[in-house]
Amino acid sequence: MPRAARDFLRVGVPVVLLFALLPLFYQNELLLFNFVLFLILTQGLNAVYGFTGYLPFGYVGFFGAGAYGFALAVMHLAAPPLLALLLAGLAGVVLGLILTPLLRLSGAYFAIANLAAAQMVYQIIANPALADITKGPYGVSLASVFAPRASYAVALVILAFVLGLVAWLRHGRFGLALQAMRDDPVSAAMAGIPVLRGRVVAWLLSALIAGLAGGVFAWHISVFYPETAFDISISIFAIVFTLFGGAATLTGPIAGVLVLYGLYNVIGISVPQYFQLIYGALIVGLVLFLPRGFASLLSRRGIDVP
Amino acid sequence: MLLHALLGGVVFGCYFTLIGLGLNLVFGVMRIVNLAHGDVLMLGSFAAYFLFHLAALSPLSAAPLIVIGFFLLGLPFYYLVVPRLAASRDAEMLSFILFFGVQQIIEALAAIAFGSSERSIPARVLGIGAVHLWGQSLPRAWVISALVALAAVLALYLYLYHTRLGLLTRAVMASREEARASGIDIHRVSAIAFGIGLALAGLAGVFAPFMLGSITPAMGSTINLAAFAVIVVGTLGNPLGTVLGGLVYGVGLLMMQTYLSAWADLLPNLLLILVLLVRPSGLLGRRVRLA
Repeated sequence: MPRAARDFLRVGVPVVLLFALLPLFYQNELLLFNFVLFLILTQGLNAVYGFTGYLPFGYVGFFGAGAYGFALAVMHLAAPPLLALLLAGLAGVVLGLILTPLLRLSGAYFAIANLAAAQMVYQIIANPALADITKGPYGVSLASVFAPRASYAVALVILAFVLGLVAWLRHGRFGLALQAMRDDPVSAAMAGIPVLRGRVVAWLLSALIAGLAGGVFAWHISVFYPETAFDISISIFAIVFTLFGGAATLTGPIAGVLVLYGLYNVIGISVPQYFQLIYGALIVGLVLFLPRGFASLLSRRGIDVP
Repeated sequence: MLLHALLGGVVFGCYFTLIGLGLNLVFGVMRIVNLAHGDVLMLGSFAAYFLFHLAALSPLSAAPLIVIGFFLLGLPFYYLVVPRLAASRDAEMLSFILFFGVQQIIEALAAIAFGSSERSIPARVLGIGAVHLWGQSLPRAWVISALVALAAVLALYLYLYHTRLGLLTRAVMASREEARASGIDIHRVSAIAFGIGLALAGLAGVFAPFMLGSITPAMGSTINLAAFAVIVVGTLGNPLGTVLGGLVYGVGLLMMQTYLSAWADLLPNLLLILVLLVRPSGLLGRRVRLA
Protein backbone atom coordinates (compact mmCIF):
# COMPACT_ATOMS: atom_id res chain seq x y z
CA MET A 1 0.00 0.00 0.00
CA PRO A 2 1.38 3.46 -0.78
CA ARG A 3 2.58 5.28 2.31
CA ALA A 4 0.17 8.17 1.73
CA ALA A 5 -2.81 5.80 1.75
CA ARG A 6 -1.45 4.05 4.84
CA ASP A 7 -1.07 7.37 6.74
CA PHE A 8 -4.53 8.42 5.67
CA LEU A 9 -6.07 5.15 6.89
CA ARG A 10 -4.15 5.24 10.16
CA VAL A 11 -4.63 8.90 11.06
CA GLY A 12 -7.15 10.57 8.77
CA VAL A 13 -9.95 8.00 8.81
CA PRO A 14 -10.04 7.63 12.63
CA VAL A 15 -10.25 11.42 13.07
CA VAL A 16 -13.11 11.74 10.58
CA LEU A 17 -14.92 8.77 12.12
CA LEU A 18 -14.45 10.19 15.60
CA PHE A 19 -16.08 13.47 14.62
CA ALA A 20 -18.81 11.63 12.69
CA LEU A 21 -19.75 9.63 15.79
CA LEU A 22 -19.26 12.26 18.52
CA PRO A 23 -22.59 14.06 17.83
CA LEU A 24 -24.36 10.87 18.97
CA PHE A 25 -22.86 11.23 22.44
CA TYR A 26 -22.28 14.93 22.83
CA GLN A 27 -24.97 17.59 22.43
CA ASN A 28 -22.92 20.71 21.73
CA GLU A 29 -22.76 20.34 17.97
CA LEU A 30 -21.51 23.89 17.38
CA LEU A 31 -18.40 23.14 19.43
CA LEU A 32 -17.76 19.95 17.47
CA PHE A 33 -18.26 21.87 14.25
CA ASN A 34 -15.68 24.43 15.33
CA PHE A 35 -13.21 21.63 16.02
CA VAL A 36 -13.78 20.24 12.50
CA LEU A 37 -13.41 23.75 11.08
CA PHE A 38 -10.06 24.27 12.79
CA LEU A 39 -8.89 20.81 11.76
CA ILE A 40 -9.58 21.82 8.15
CA LEU A 41 -7.97 25.26 8.50
CA THR A 42 -4.80 24.05 10.23
CA GLN A 43 -4.24 21.41 7.56
CA GLY A 44 -4.88 24.01 4.86
CA LEU A 45 -2.29 26.29 6.47
CA ASN A 46 0.01 23.30 6.89
CA ALA A 47 -0.24 22.63 3.15
CA VAL A 48 1.31 26.00 2.40
CA TYR A 49 3.47 26.71 5.49
CA GLY A 50 4.66 23.18 6.16
CA PHE A 51 5.47 22.34 2.57
CA THR A 52 6.60 25.66 1.07
CA GLY A 53 7.74 27.67 4.12
CA TYR A 54 5.48 30.62 3.30
CA LEU A 55 3.60 31.66 6.44
CA PRO A 56 0.25 33.16 5.40
CA PHE A 57 -0.52 35.46 8.31
CA GLY A 58 -3.65 36.63 6.54
CA TYR A 59 -4.97 33.12 5.98
CA VAL A 60 -8.28 34.27 7.42
CA GLY A 61 -8.71 36.42 4.30
CA PHE A 62 -9.44 33.30 2.25
CA PHE A 63 -11.75 32.01 4.94
CA GLY A 64 -13.70 35.26 4.96
CA ALA A 65 -13.74 35.39 1.16
CA GLY A 66 -15.24 31.89 1.18
CA ALA A 67 -17.82 32.82 3.80
CA TYR A 68 -18.87 35.87 1.81
CA GLY A 69 -18.70 33.97 -1.47
CA PHE A 70 -21.23 31.56 0.00
CA ALA A 71 -23.39 34.34 1.42
CA LEU A 72 -23.43 36.38 -1.80
CA ALA A 73 -24.26 33.32 -3.89
CA VAL A 74 -27.19 32.51 -1.62
CA MET A 75 -28.43 36.10 -1.30
CA HIS A 76 -28.07 37.30 -4.87
CA LEU A 77 -28.17 34.13 -7.00
CA ALA A 78 -30.47 32.11 -4.74
CA ALA A 79 -27.95 29.30 -5.26
CA PRO A 80 -28.53 25.92 -3.56
CA PRO A 81 -26.04 25.36 -0.70
CA LEU A 82 -23.75 22.89 -2.47
CA LEU A 83 -23.38 25.15 -5.51
CA ALA A 84 -22.80 28.12 -3.19
CA LEU A 85 -20.12 26.08 -1.42
CA LEU A 86 -18.33 25.50 -4.70
CA LEU A 87 -18.51 29.23 -5.37
CA ALA A 88 -17.06 29.81 -1.89
CA GLY A 89 -14.09 27.63 -2.78
CA LEU A 90 -13.81 29.53 -6.05
CA ALA A 91 -13.82 32.84 -4.14
CA GLY A 92 -10.85 31.56 -2.12
CA VAL A 93 -9.00 30.50 -5.26
CA VAL A 94 -9.70 33.80 -7.04
CA LEU A 95 -8.39 35.77 -4.06
CA GLY A 96 -5.38 33.44 -4.05
CA LEU A 97 -4.78 34.16 -7.73
CA ILE A 98 -5.01 37.91 -7.14
CA LEU A 99 -2.47 37.61 -4.33
CA THR A 100 -0.12 35.30 -6.22
CA PRO A 101 2.39 38.15 -6.84
CA LEU A 102 2.97 38.20 -3.06
CA LEU A 103 4.84 34.91 -3.45
CA ARG A 104 7.67 36.97 -4.92
CA LEU A 105 8.35 38.25 -1.41
CA SER A 106 10.37 36.27 1.07
CA GLY A 107 9.70 35.28 4.66
CA ALA A 108 8.45 38.00 6.93
CA TYR A 109 7.57 40.41 4.09
CA PHE A 110 5.25 37.82 2.65
CA ALA A 111 3.60 37.33 6.03
CA ILE A 112 3.10 41.06 6.58
CA ALA A 113 1.85 41.73 3.04
CA ASN A 114 -0.54 38.81 3.33
CA LEU A 115 -1.87 40.16 6.62
CA ALA A 116 -2.39 43.57 5.02
CA ALA A 117 -4.18 41.95 2.08
CA ALA A 118 -6.59 40.08 4.37
CA GLN A 119 -7.32 43.32 6.20
CA MET A 120 -8.03 45.05 2.91
CA VAL A 121 -10.54 42.40 1.87
CA TYR A 122 -12.23 42.84 5.23
CA GLN A 123 -12.28 46.62 4.96
CA ILE A 124 -13.78 46.43 1.48
CA ILE A 125 -16.49 43.93 2.43
CA ALA A 126 -17.36 45.65 5.70
CA ASN A 127 -17.46 49.10 4.12
CA PRO A 128 -20.87 50.77 4.61
CA ALA A 129 -20.56 52.14 1.05
CA LEU A 130 -21.10 48.59 -0.25
CA ALA A 131 -23.99 47.76 2.09
CA ASP A 132 -26.31 47.10 -0.89
CA ILE A 133 -24.14 44.21 -2.04
CA THR A 134 -22.41 42.79 1.02
CA LYS A 135 -24.67 44.25 3.74
CA GLY A 136 -21.48 45.99 4.95
CA PRO A 137 -20.84 45.94 8.69
CA TYR A 138 -24.43 44.86 9.47
CA GLY A 139 -23.80 41.19 8.79
CA VAL A 140 -25.64 38.62 6.70
CA SER A 141 -28.43 36.20 7.54
CA LEU A 142 -28.88 33.03 5.50
CA ALA A 143 -31.79 31.48 7.39
CA SER A 144 -33.29 30.10 4.14
CA VAL A 145 -30.51 27.50 3.75
CA PHE A 146 -29.88 26.76 7.45
CA ALA A 147 -29.24 23.00 7.80
CA PRO A 148 -26.90 22.12 10.69
CA ARG A 149 -26.90 18.35 10.05
CA ALA A 150 -26.14 18.57 6.34
CA SER A 151 -23.48 21.25 6.75
CA TYR A 152 -21.76 19.25 9.51
CA ALA A 153 -21.66 16.23 7.22
CA VAL A 154 -20.25 18.29 4.35
CA ALA A 155 -17.61 19.73 6.69
CA LEU A 156 -16.55 16.15 7.48
CA VAL A 157 -16.26 15.40 3.76
CA ILE A 158 -14.03 18.47 3.33
CA LEU A 159 -11.96 17.36 6.33
CA ALA A 160 -11.46 13.92 4.80
CA PHE A 161 -10.40 15.53 1.50
CA VAL A 162 -7.91 17.83 3.26
CA LEU A 163 -6.40 15.06 5.39
CA GLY A 164 -6.00 12.93 2.27
CA LEU A 165 -4.38 15.86 0.50
CA VAL A 166 -1.79 16.42 3.24
CA ALA A 167 -1.05 12.69 3.44
CA TRP A 168 -0.44 12.76 -0.32
CA LEU A 169 1.74 15.88 -0.04
CA ARG A 170 3.94 14.15 2.53
CA HIS A 171 4.72 11.18 0.32
CA GLY A 172 3.66 12.00 -3.22
CA ARG A 173 5.97 13.23 -5.91
CA PHE A 174 4.55 16.74 -5.92
CA GLY A 175 4.81 17.14 -2.14
CA LEU A 176 8.39 15.85 -2.09
CA ALA A 177 9.26 18.40 -4.75
CA LEU A 178 7.68 21.11 -2.60
CA GLN A 179 9.71 20.05 0.43
CA ALA A 180 12.86 20.05 -1.64
CA MET A 181 12.28 23.62 -2.81
CA ARG A 182 11.35 24.72 0.71
CA ASP A 183 14.69 23.49 2.01
CA ASP A 184 16.79 24.77 -0.88
CA PRO A 185 15.03 26.49 -3.78
CA VAL A 186 18.17 26.93 -5.86
CA SER A 187 19.20 23.27 -5.76
CA ALA A 188 15.62 22.20 -6.37
CA ALA A 189 15.40 24.40 -9.45
CA MET A 190 18.70 22.98 -10.68
CA ALA A 191 17.34 19.46 -10.25
CA GLY A 192 14.61 20.39 -12.71
CA ILE A 193 11.77 21.06 -10.29
CA PRO A 194 9.47 23.85 -11.49
CA VAL A 195 9.75 25.95 -8.33
CA LEU A 196 7.36 28.71 -9.29
CA ARG A 197 4.59 26.40 -10.46
CA GLY A 198 4.88 24.22 -7.37
CA ARG A 199 4.56 27.17 -5.02
CA VAL A 200 1.58 28.62 -6.88
CA VAL A 201 -0.24 25.28 -6.89
CA ALA A 202 0.32 24.76 -3.15
CA TRP A 203 -0.77 28.33 -2.48
CA LEU A 204 -3.98 27.96 -4.51
CA LEU A 205 -4.75 24.59 -2.91
CA SER A 206 -4.53 26.10 0.53
CA ALA A 207 -6.65 29.06 -0.60
CA LEU A 208 -9.24 26.59 -1.92
CA ILE A 209 -9.31 24.77 1.41
CA ALA A 210 -9.81 27.99 3.38
CA GLY A 211 -12.51 29.13 0.91
CA LEU A 212 -14.38 25.85 1.34
CA ALA A 213 -13.98 26.10 5.12
CA GLY A 214 -15.39 29.64 5.02
CA GLY A 215 -18.30 28.50 2.87
CA VAL A 216 -19.27 25.63 5.13
CA PHE A 217 -18.85 27.94 8.13
CA ALA A 218 -21.31 30.43 6.58
CA TRP A 219 -23.72 27.60 5.87
CA HIS A 220 -23.55 26.15 9.37
CA ILE A 221 -23.63 29.45 11.28
CA SER A 222 -26.01 31.19 8.82
CA VAL A 223 -25.90 34.53 10.69
CA PHE A 224 -22.55 36.28 10.90
CA TYR A 225 -20.79 39.64 10.73
CA PRO A 226 -17.67 40.61 8.78
CA GLU A 227 -15.73 40.77 12.07
CA THR A 228 -16.52 37.09 12.72
CA ALA A 229 -15.62 35.90 9.24
CA PHE A 230 -12.41 37.95 9.13
CA ASP A 231 -11.43 37.57 12.79
CA ILE A 232 -7.64 37.67 12.81
CA SER A 233 -7.59 35.14 15.65
CA ILE A 234 -8.66 32.52 13.10
CA SER A 235 -5.30 32.99 11.36
CA ILE A 236 -3.50 33.11 14.66
CA PHE A 237 -5.11 29.97 16.03
CA ALA A 238 -4.41 28.05 12.82
CA ILE A 239 -0.74 29.11 12.97
CA VAL A 240 -0.28 28.32 16.66
CA PHE A 241 -2.02 24.95 16.39
CA THR A 242 0.19 24.02 13.42
CA LEU A 243 3.42 25.16 15.09
CA PHE A 244 2.52 23.39 18.31
CA GLY A 245 2.16 19.95 16.80
CA GLY A 246 4.73 20.36 14.06
CA ALA A 247 4.29 21.61 10.51
CA ALA A 248 4.67 19.28 7.52
CA THR A 249 3.24 16.34 9.46
CA LEU A 250 -0.28 14.97 9.34
CA THR A 251 -0.68 14.30 13.05
CA GLY A 252 1.01 17.45 14.39
CA PRO A 253 -1.67 19.96 13.42
CA ILE A 254 -4.42 17.52 14.50
CA ALA A 255 -2.81 17.20 17.93
CA GLY A 256 -2.45 20.99 18.07
CA VAL A 257 -6.16 21.50 17.45
CA LEU A 258 -7.30 18.80 19.88
CA VAL A 259 -5.04 19.98 22.72
CA LEU A 260 -5.00 23.75 22.29
CA TYR A 261 -8.51 24.31 20.99
CA GLY A 262 -9.71 22.00 23.75
CA LEU A 263 -7.79 24.15 26.25
CA TYR A 264 -9.27 27.26 24.68
CA ASN A 265 -12.77 25.94 25.22
CA VAL A 266 -12.04 25.14 28.85
CA ILE A 267 -10.48 28.47 29.84
CA GLY A 268 -10.31 30.72 26.79
CA ILE A 269 -13.96 31.65 26.48
CA SER A 270 -14.45 32.80 30.07
CA VAL A 271 -11.06 34.52 30.48
CA PRO A 272 -9.62 35.14 26.99
CA GLN A 273 -6.64 37.13 28.33
CA TYR A 274 -5.31 34.13 30.22
CA PHE A 275 -5.57 31.97 27.15
CA GLN A 276 -3.85 34.67 25.11
CA LEU A 277 -1.09 34.72 27.72
CA ILE A 278 -0.71 30.95 27.53
CA TYR A 279 -0.46 30.77 23.76
CA GLY A 280 1.83 33.78 23.63
CA ALA A 281 4.17 32.01 26.04
CA LEU A 282 3.76 28.79 24.05
CA ILE A 283 4.84 30.52 20.85
CA VAL A 284 7.92 32.03 22.48
CA GLY A 285 8.84 28.71 24.05
CA LEU A 286 8.30 26.77 20.84
CA VAL A 287 10.37 29.14 18.70
CA LEU A 288 13.24 29.17 21.17
CA PHE A 289 13.32 25.52 22.14
CA LEU A 290 11.22 23.44 19.76
CA PRO A 291 10.93 25.21 16.41
CA ARG A 292 9.64 22.09 14.68
CA GLY A 293 6.83 21.41 17.13
CA PHE A 294 6.18 18.54 19.50
CA ALA A 295 6.30 16.03 16.67
CA SER A 296 10.06 16.67 16.46
CA LEU A 297 10.49 15.26 19.97
CA LEU A 298 9.48 11.88 18.56
CA SER A 299 11.06 12.10 15.12
CA ARG A 300 14.35 13.13 16.72
CA ARG A 301 14.36 9.75 18.48
CA GLY A 302 13.85 7.96 15.19
CA ILE A 303 10.13 7.38 15.67
CA ASP A 304 8.27 7.99 12.43
CA VAL A 305 5.49 10.52 12.91
CA PRO A 306 2.93 10.33 10.11
CA MET B 1 -8.96 72.54 2.62
CA LEU B 2 -6.09 71.18 0.52
CA LEU B 3 -3.51 73.24 2.38
CA HIS B 4 -4.92 72.13 5.71
CA ALA B 5 -4.78 68.48 4.68
CA LEU B 6 -1.21 68.93 3.48
CA LEU B 7 -0.04 70.71 6.62
CA GLY B 8 -1.81 68.26 8.88
CA GLY B 9 -0.34 65.47 6.79
CA VAL B 10 3.19 66.73 7.35
CA VAL B 11 2.56 67.04 11.08
CA PHE B 12 1.13 63.53 11.24
CA GLY B 13 3.91 62.34 8.98
CA CYS B 14 6.49 63.47 11.54
CA TYR B 15 4.65 61.56 14.22
CA PHE B 16 4.36 58.41 12.09
CA THR B 17 8.07 58.68 11.43
CA LEU B 18 8.59 58.41 15.18
CA ILE B 19 6.35 55.33 15.25
CA GLY B 20 8.39 53.57 12.57
CA LEU B 21 11.83 54.83 13.60
CA GLY B 22 12.61 52.33 16.35
CA LEU B 23 11.23 49.41 14.37
CA ASN B 24 13.41 50.27 11.41
CA LEU B 25 16.53 50.69 13.54
CA VAL B 26 16.01 47.26 15.12
CA PHE B 27 15.43 45.70 11.72
CA GLY B 28 18.43 47.43 10.19
CA VAL B 29 20.84 46.35 12.91
CA MET B 30 19.54 42.91 13.83
CA ARG B 31 17.59 41.76 10.74
CA ILE B 32 14.78 40.74 13.04
CA VAL B 33 11.17 41.82 12.80
CA ASN B 34 9.91 43.19 16.09
CA LEU B 35 6.24 42.48 15.76
CA ALA B 36 5.73 43.62 19.36
CA HIS B 37 6.73 47.20 18.46
CA GLY B 38 3.15 48.49 18.57
CA ASP B 39 2.62 46.88 21.94
CA VAL B 40 5.74 48.46 23.40
CA LEU B 41 4.28 51.74 22.15
CA MET B 42 1.06 50.87 23.96
CA LEU B 43 3.03 50.31 27.17
CA GLY B 44 4.59 53.75 26.68
CA SER B 45 1.11 55.25 26.42
CA PHE B 46 0.00 53.56 29.62
CA ALA B 47 3.17 54.66 31.40
CA ALA B 48 2.46 58.27 30.38
CA TYR B 49 -1.16 57.85 31.40
CA PHE B 50 -0.33 56.62 34.89
CA LEU B 51 2.49 59.12 35.39
CA PHE B 52 0.00 61.87 34.53
CA HIS B 53 -2.96 60.66 36.55
CA LEU B 54 -1.14 59.29 39.58
CA ALA B 55 2.04 61.38 39.76
CA ALA B 56 0.65 64.52 38.03
CA LEU B 57 3.61 64.48 35.68
CA SER B 58 2.95 66.20 32.36
CA PRO B 59 3.71 64.05 29.30
CA LEU B 60 6.61 66.30 28.36
CA SER B 61 8.38 65.68 31.67
CA ALA B 62 7.34 62.03 31.69
CA ALA B 63 8.88 61.48 28.25
CA PRO B 64 12.56 61.43 29.34
CA LEU B 65 11.75 59.04 32.20
CA ILE B 66 9.95 56.70 29.80
CA VAL B 67 12.75 56.86 27.26
CA ILE B 68 15.36 55.91 29.86
CA GLY B 69 13.15 53.24 31.41
CA PHE B 70 12.35 51.54 28.12
CA PHE B 71 15.98 51.69 27.03
CA LEU B 72 17.02 49.89 30.22
CA LEU B 73 14.28 47.30 29.72
CA GLY B 74 15.52 46.59 26.22
CA LEU B 75 19.04 45.55 27.20
CA PRO B 76 18.27 42.42 29.27
CA PHE B 77 15.49 41.47 26.89
CA TYR B 78 17.95 41.52 24.01
CA TYR B 79 20.42 39.21 25.76
CA LEU B 80 17.65 36.88 26.83
CA VAL B 81 16.19 36.30 23.40
CA VAL B 82 18.02 37.61 20.38
CA PRO B 83 21.44 35.85 20.44
CA ARG B 84 19.67 32.51 20.65
CA LEU B 85 17.40 33.52 17.79
CA ALA B 86 20.19 34.82 15.58
CA ALA B 87 21.87 31.41 15.73
CA SER B 88 18.91 29.62 14.17
CA ARG B 89 18.46 28.75 10.53
CA ASP B 90 15.81 31.21 9.38
CA ALA B 91 16.25 34.00 11.94
CA GLU B 92 14.11 36.57 10.16
CA MET B 93 11.03 34.36 9.90
CA LEU B 94 11.46 32.86 13.37
CA SER B 95 11.89 36.32 14.90
CA PHE B 96 8.62 37.31 13.30
CA ILE B 97 6.81 34.40 14.95
CA LEU B 98 8.64 34.83 18.26
CA PHE B 99 7.84 38.51 18.60
CA PHE B 100 4.31 37.73 17.64
CA GLY B 101 4.23 35.55 20.76
CA VAL B 102 5.78 38.37 22.79
CA GLN B 103 3.10 40.69 21.44
CA GLN B 104 0.38 38.32 22.63
CA ILE B 105 1.98 38.11 26.08
CA ILE B 106 2.24 41.90 26.43
CA GLU B 107 -1.30 42.41 25.21
CA ALA B 108 -2.69 39.76 27.56
CA LEU B 109 -0.78 41.06 30.58
CA ALA B 110 -1.84 44.64 29.81
CA ALA B 111 -5.47 43.58 29.48
CA ILE B 112 -5.26 41.73 32.81
CA ALA B 113 -3.54 44.63 34.56
CA PHE B 114 -5.32 47.65 33.08
CA GLY B 115 -8.67 46.29 31.92
CA SER B 116 -9.87 46.87 28.38
CA SER B 117 -11.58 50.27 28.84
CA GLU B 118 -10.47 53.22 26.74
CA ARG B 119 -8.35 55.86 28.48
CA SER B 120 -7.03 59.25 27.50
CA ILE B 121 -4.93 62.19 28.63
CA PRO B 122 -6.59 65.58 28.06
CA ALA B 123 -4.88 67.45 25.23
CA ARG B 124 -4.86 70.71 27.22
CA VAL B 125 -1.91 69.51 29.32
CA LEU B 126 0.27 70.30 26.28
CA GLY B 127 -1.03 73.88 26.18
CA ILE B 128 -4.28 75.48 25.14
CA GLY B 129 -5.15 77.03 21.80
CA ALA B 130 -4.11 76.36 18.25
CA VAL B 131 -0.94 76.99 16.34
CA HIS B 132 -1.39 79.17 13.25
CA LEU B 133 0.63 78.44 10.15
CA TRP B 134 -0.05 80.01 6.75
CA GLY B 135 -3.59 80.87 7.79
CA GLN B 136 -4.34 77.32 8.94
CA SER B 137 -4.82 76.38 12.55
CA LEU B 138 -3.58 73.11 13.96
CA PRO B 139 -4.07 71.76 17.50
CA ARG B 140 -1.11 72.62 19.70
CA ALA B 141 -0.73 68.99 20.85
CA TRP B 142 -0.21 67.87 17.25
CA VAL B 143 2.54 70.38 16.65
CA ILE B 144 4.32 69.55 19.90
CA SER B 145 4.18 65.83 19.11
CA ALA B 146 5.61 66.49 15.65
CA LEU B 147 8.43 68.61 17.10
CA VAL B 148 9.32 65.87 19.59
CA ALA B 149 9.37 63.39 16.70
CA LEU B 150 11.73 65.63 14.72
CA ALA B 151 13.97 65.99 17.77
CA ALA B 152 14.10 62.19 18.04
CA VAL B 153 15.07 61.86 14.37
CA LEU B 154 17.81 64.46 14.84
CA ALA B 155 19.08 62.70 17.96
CA LEU B 156 19.21 59.36 16.15
CA TYR B 157 21.05 60.99 13.25
CA LEU B 158 23.63 62.50 15.61
CA TYR B 159 24.04 59.15 17.34
CA LEU B 160 24.50 57.19 14.11
CA TYR B 161 26.75 59.65 12.28
CA HIS B 162 28.63 61.58 14.97
CA THR B 163 29.47 59.13 17.72
CA ARG B 164 31.84 56.20 17.81
CA LEU B 165 29.14 53.76 18.88
CA GLY B 166 26.99 55.00 16.00
CA LEU B 167 29.80 54.25 13.59
CA LEU B 168 30.00 50.70 14.96
CA THR B 169 26.22 50.42 14.68
CA ARG B 170 26.36 51.39 11.02
CA ALA B 171 29.11 48.84 10.48
CA VAL B 172 26.90 46.11 11.92
CA MET B 173 24.03 47.31 9.72
CA ALA B 174 26.19 47.10 6.63
CA SER B 175 27.43 43.59 7.32
CA ARG B 176 27.04 41.66 10.51
CA GLU B 177 29.66 39.08 9.58
CA GLU B 178 32.34 41.54 8.59
CA ALA B 179 31.65 43.67 11.64
CA ARG B 180 32.18 40.61 13.82
CA ALA B 181 35.33 39.71 11.91
CA SER B 182 36.81 43.16 12.48
CA GLY B 183 36.42 42.77 16.22
CA ILE B 184 33.24 44.70 16.89
CA ASP B 185 31.26 43.40 19.86
CA ILE B 186 28.11 43.00 17.79
CA HIS B 187 25.97 41.91 20.72
CA ARG B 188 26.79 45.05 22.70
CA VAL B 189 26.08 47.28 19.69
CA SER B 190 22.89 45.39 18.90
CA ALA B 191 21.66 45.42 22.49
CA ILE B 192 22.05 49.20 22.61
CA ALA B 193 20.26 49.55 19.28
CA PHE B 194 17.48 47.32 20.59
CA GLY B 195 17.19 49.48 23.70
CA ILE B 196 17.03 52.61 21.56
CA GLY B 197 14.34 50.97 19.43
CA LEU B 198 12.19 50.29 22.50
CA ALA B 199 12.88 53.78 23.87
CA LEU B 200 11.67 55.32 20.61
CA ALA B 201 8.54 53.17 20.71
CA GLY B 202 7.91 54.29 24.30
CA LEU B 203 8.42 57.93 23.30
CA ALA B 204 5.94 57.54 20.45
CA GLY B 205 3.56 56.00 22.98
CA VAL B 206 3.69 59.10 25.21
CA PHE B 207 2.13 61.16 22.43
CA ALA B 208 -0.24 58.48 21.11
CA PRO B 209 -3.16 59.72 23.25
CA PHE B 210 -3.02 63.06 21.42
CA MET B 211 -2.40 61.77 17.91
CA LEU B 212 -4.21 58.44 17.73
CA GLY B 213 -7.10 58.93 20.16
CA SER B 214 -7.83 56.96 23.31
CA ILE B 215 -5.54 54.14 24.39
CA THR B 216 -6.42 50.49 25.02
CA PRO B 217 -4.32 47.35 25.57
CA ALA B 218 -5.38 46.10 22.13
CA MET B 219 -4.15 49.14 20.16
CA GLY B 220 -0.79 47.57 19.33
CA SER B 221 -1.66 45.48 16.29
CA THR B 222 -3.21 48.39 14.37
CA ILE B 223 -0.14 50.49 15.08
CA ASN B 224 2.09 47.66 13.90
CA LEU B 225 0.52 47.71 10.45
CA ALA B 226 0.95 51.49 10.21
CA ALA B 227 4.54 51.21 11.40
CA PHE B 228 5.29 48.52 8.81
CA ALA B 229 3.71 50.58 6.05
CA VAL B 230 5.86 53.54 7.08
CA ILE B 231 9.16 51.69 7.15
CA VAL B 232 8.49 49.61 4.04
CA VAL B 233 7.67 52.76 2.06
CA GLY B 234 10.67 54.55 3.50
CA THR B 235 13.17 51.73 2.89
CA LEU B 236 13.62 48.92 5.37
CA GLY B 237 16.84 48.89 7.32
CA ASN B 238 17.56 52.56 6.72
CA PRO B 239 16.41 54.41 9.86
CA LEU B 240 16.63 57.88 8.33
CA GLY B 241 14.62 56.74 5.29
CA THR B 242 11.76 56.33 7.75
CA VAL B 243 11.20 60.09 7.50
CA LEU B 244 10.20 59.81 3.87
CA GLY B 245 7.90 56.88 4.62
CA GLY B 246 6.33 58.76 7.51
CA LEU B 247 5.66 61.84 5.38
CA VAL B 248 4.15 59.81 2.52
CA TYR B 249 2.00 57.99 5.02
CA GLY B 250 0.89 61.08 6.95
CA VAL B 251 0.03 63.16 3.91
CA GLY B 252 -1.69 60.19 2.27
CA LEU B 253 -3.72 59.52 5.40
CA LEU B 254 -4.97 63.08 5.79
CA MET B 255 -5.71 63.35 2.07
CA MET B 256 -7.78 60.17 2.22
CA GLN B 257 -9.58 61.38 5.35
CA THR B 258 -10.37 64.71 3.69
CA TYR B 259 -11.48 63.55 0.27
CA LEU B 260 -12.34 59.83 0.53
CA SER B 261 -13.13 59.39 4.20
CA ALA B 262 -15.10 56.13 3.83
CA TRP B 263 -12.01 54.37 2.46
CA ALA B 264 -9.31 56.01 4.61
CA ASP B 265 -8.74 52.81 6.64
CA LEU B 266 -7.53 51.06 3.51
CA LEU B 267 -4.51 53.34 3.16
CA PRO B 268 -1.83 51.62 5.28
CA ASN B 269 -2.58 48.21 3.80
CA LEU B 270 -2.80 49.53 0.26
CA LEU B 271 0.49 51.43 0.56
CA LEU B 272 2.21 48.43 2.10
CA ILE B 273 1.15 45.98 -0.60
CA LEU B 274 1.73 48.37 -3.50
CA VAL B 275 5.24 49.29 -2.41
CA LEU B 276 6.15 45.69 -1.60
CA LEU B 277 5.01 44.56 -5.02
CA VAL B 278 6.12 47.44 -7.21
CA ARG B 279 9.27 48.54 -5.48
CA PRO B 280 10.15 46.02 -2.78
CA SER B 281 13.32 47.84 -1.85
CA GLY B 282 11.40 50.91 -0.67
CA LEU B 283 11.47 54.36 -2.19
CA LEU B 284 15.14 54.94 -1.42
CA GLY B 285 16.59 51.51 -1.19
CA ARG B 286 18.62 49.12 -3.20
CA ARG B 287 18.28 46.08 -0.95
CA VAL B 288 16.54 43.19 -2.61
CA ARG B 289 14.53 40.68 -0.68
CA LEU B 290 12.76 38.57 -3.23
CA ALA B 291 12.19 34.92 -2.61
